Amino acid sequence: MALTHMHASGMGGIRTTGDLVARMQLSKKMRLNEAKKYVAEKLKVSVDDLADEVAMKELRQDLDIGDVYAGMGEQARGIEAKFRIAELLDIDINCVQRFLRKTKWQ
Amino acid sequence: MVVTRMGDGSFITMTRDEVLRDVEEGVADAVKRGKIEPLSSDEIEHIVDICCRPQKFVSVEKGNELVLTYDSGTLKVTRLGIPIGMPQILQLYERVFGADSLELAYVHYSFKPIKSIVPEEQYAVAETSLVTTAPLLYGAMPNLPLYTKPDGPCENAAELLPMGKIEEAKRAQEEAAEYAIKDMVFVSSGVYEAGADGIDFDTTAAAGDAEFYATLKATEILREKYPDMAIEIGMAGEFVLGFHGSIEYDGVRLAGLYPHKQVGLAEKAGASVFGAVVNTNSSRTFPWNLGRAVTFCKACREAANIPVHANVGMGVGAVPLVMTPPIDCVSRASTAMAEVGKMDGL
Repeated sequence: MALTHMHASGMGGIRTTGDLVARMQLSKKMRLNEAKKYVAEKLKVSVDDLADEVAMKELRQDLDIGDVYAGMGEQARGIEAKFRIAELLDIDINCVQRFLRKTKWQ
Repeated sequence: MVVTRMGDGSFITMTRDEVLRDVEEGVADAVKRGKIEPLSSDEIEHIVDICCRPQKFVSVEKGNELVLTYDSGTLKVTRLGIPIGMPQILQLYERVFGADSLELAYVHYSFKPIKSIVPEEQYAVAETSLVTTAPLLYGAMPNLPLYTKPDGPCENAAELLPMGKIEEAKRAQEEAAEYAIKDMVFVSSGVYEAGADGIDFDTTAAAGDAEFYATLKATEILREKYPDMAIEIGMAGEFVLGFHGSIEYDGVRLAGLYPHKQVGLAEKAGASVFGAVVNTNSSRTFPWNLGRAVTFCKACREAANIPVHANVGMGVGAVPLVMTPPIDCVSRASTAMAEVGKMDGL
């Protein structure tokens, strides 16, 4: 069922920018259009591009914020990517803050 | 002829006029029960069009995509008998299933049993947060009945009510609610401090109004304690059952509230996202259920100031009440919720 929804109406997660839009809804209570607009502005792309796997794969690679492929391009992944996403979206991410505290970087 | 299904999943054929009639009747049922606005004729026609398309799978037009959150996330793989750990399951969700968000969930998906294994769950959360990129929620059910005898310390309201012990049943539910609030706050605090982005209270109010009260109070406490925590309140059904009957939150009696009223209280308590539920009637057709579900969810979305994610799964959101939800219905419900209901997510 998760796959059916992803194909029918989902944004595509880290294949595109679904994780970033979800993050703005969950952390800032933004409604869908507001969250899409916010992410598009931060990424300097149009709202229409947000769910385009091809354009967003290249952009995620350029920004080094992780995508579905590992290896080869040495993409940031997991916590590494979230450090960059927090800065890109200008938000605090809980596990990033914890990482900073635990490594005494903050 | 249009091939569609009943709410129990069985195939039926209908004419386009019959589909239109059933969608209109479903809309009318939601309007009557919820005292909400009906869909416009264009919106009804859009739902009819979605139902009548000949393809097995339908989807939104480009640009109408929305955000997906999940309930019992990791359990969906665990219950298939695939023996892999929760962090790895969520890596699959992220890298294979295209998930916009992730939810970590233990097999005993209720706060009471999880309370005793919080350190192990914290480890799973911390581990997952290192290897995944999407927002990570921890999910569990408030599940008030677990606090009743013989499993818990409280008297069982379901046994007291048939004996006419109304006041005793109310007190028992209020006592259970206090235990549940403590467990929800304890577990949610533990997983948040381990690195989760937040918590998903799933199937809220399954045991009625006292359970809804407990979840709202727990949300209020958590919002005060952790201002940045993501809190999703996903409901169990469309209508808050009045097992207690008179319990209130913020001066509002909880029994009998439909989604467009529930969401206002979730907002007041401090929720970040509200999960609206509309039950599927297995004796009615998919078009009837879809018209009804979209009408309720659209009214909820319009009443809300926070994102609303419609629950569209087994037996809710017009999806037939079966263990293997058919792709033809799920994809149509997904599309209608996005394009007609204009939901913030599912």
